[in-house]
Amino acid sequence: MSELRPDLAIIAAHVAPASRVLDVGCGDGELMDVLRAKGCDARGIEIDATNVSLAVGRGLSVVQGDADTDLVNYPDNVFDYAILSQTLQTARAPDQVLTELMRIGRRAFVSFPNFAYWRVRLSLAWGGRMPVTPALPVSWYATQNIHQLTIDDFRAFVKDRGITVEQAWFLSGTRRLGEAAANLRAEHAVFLLKR
Amino acid sequence: MTDDSRFGLARSVTLAGPLRLDGGARLSPVEIAYETYGSLNADGSNAILICHALTGDQHVASIHPRTGKPGWWTRMVGTGKPIDPARHFIICANVLGSCLGSSGPATIDPATGAPFAMRFPVITIRDMVRAQALLLDHLGVGTLAAAVGGSMGGMQVVQWAATYPDRVRSAVVIASTARHSAQNIAFHEVGRQAIMADPKWNGGDYYAAGDPPAAGLAVARMAAHITYLSEAGLTEKFGRRLQARPNNANGAKSFGFDADFQIESYLRHQGISFVDRFDANSYLYITRAMDYFDLAEDHGGLLANAFTRTATRFCLVSFDTDWLYPTKESRAIVHALNAAGAPVSFVELSSPFGHDAFLLDVPELNRVVDGFLRAGEKA
Repeated sequence: MSELRPDLAIIAAHVAPASRVLDVGCGDGELMDVLRAKGCDARGIEIDATNVSLAVGRGLSVVQGDADTDLVNYPDNVFDYAILSQTLQTARAPDQVLTELMRIGRRAFVSFPNFAYWRVRLSLAWGGRMPVTPALPVSWYATQNIHQLTIDDFRAFVKDRGITVEQAWFLSGTRRLGEAAANLRAEHAVFLLKR
Repeated sequence: MTDDSRFGLARSVTLAGPLRLDGGARLSPVEIAYETYGSLNADGSNAILICHALTGDQHVASIHPRTGKPGWWTRMVGTGKPIDPARHFIICANVLGSCLGSSGPATIDPATGAPFAMRFPVITIRDMVRAQALLLDHLGVGTLAAAVGGSMGGMQVVQWAATYPDRVRSAVVIASTARHSAQNIAFHEVGRQAIMADPKWNGGDYYAAGDPPAAGLAVARMAAHITYLSEAGLTEKFGRRLQARPNNANGAKSFGFDADFQIESYLRHQGISFVDRFDANSYLYITRAMDYFDLAEDHGGLLANAFTRTATRFCLVSFDTDWLYPTKESRAIVHALNAAGAPVSFVELSSPFGHDAFLLDVPELNRVVDGFLRAGEKA
């Protein structure tokens, strides 16, 4: 098995064994595979048909669907964790997606690229160009990231909604960082949220 | 077990019944023609029921006795295929109401000694499923590892999961729906009216004369066949191309009413070859059963209620060019299963072939079904 993406590795390590998990934007199911090995009942939603076929082909319960429209069909509180990895910034209505996530899951993991990362700031402030970095690899016209946000934006957002941050992890590439100046130093972040 | 006459190709059984039908009638006896492939393992855990579509039959992977053609789903069923007789005990039965050996309008009514014709009771998808359950009892199969079907076969599979949740561990529903739409009913009604408008139909009593309403049934098949294909598929295959005729070598229009366009010739061929293998009254009864199908209606109008106590795993597949049972119909089932908390997988596959894609060569479909079935066997 190839190594998990760093944010997924953090999530995989912190999901309690044998819990019920919904992975929203599960790709080809690499995280679900690891969670299944931990005894979890993992379900997935994925927009891309090829990814869904790959995931179902490895025996995972994955439904082709869209985070923006299909989360409303899940009942309240059915999952211990709802996971949204690298997907929030691609949603048409990220606020509603997050509301649905907190309704379906008792806890939620959310990971996203940090638009206030210093290289991004440099690119904009000095280069005057939209940033293209390892975490944001696609040019402005082709990117799926239609709602860019920063770590501080996200913190303010969840605070406004009365959502508790249970834990947060900050990464530069694969390297873990401390909390100090994370909004400047971190390329991406993982948050564990609780209602 | 190989000596057991219940198992093998071209089997049939007459069960005493009575089978209580949704319409209130009781059917007795119940004849079921079926085939089995592979063998049931010691703990009876490897049985797969394949449910066929409207004009399908039990010859899922064996030569059809009337047409001489290979089975209708050899792409899915066979050695090295997702459903494999080396690993599975495979059952496929002719549905109730059909005409390849199971009880239907052409069956002799024991009360009169003549074929039932239109005196055969109206049946439902659930009646078909109940008859299959009787067959499983006869075969000594308690729980199915999986029920698998496309189109009307998929309707039977969702009905199986709703009616016998404890007897189905995995359900594969391909290019199907939990209810017939107004458009679905409308197309079926065109077909039925074509049959009934044929004077040879004679109120359904044509068996004695040996002269069935072939023209009406052929037109019904032609109309239905259009719904199985996509517009883009038809354009690619036929476009506006003309039939080549011997006296008209350059293919100019004939300005007449012969089959001038290739698509006309193709449809006529589909209609004519269909009447050799299918009974017009069976076509009426089975289309009627499909039209009455609305699984939510039987559960207080809420489809999720059909699956509240299910432990069955589900896999649904739709095709992007299928306008007969479009993706939204599969999604409605997926949403109901999500609401019921059932484990479900769903994917819309891309294919140019329209509804018929489930019968054709779509490698992605095989990968999905294979992965889904194998995961269920591990559990």
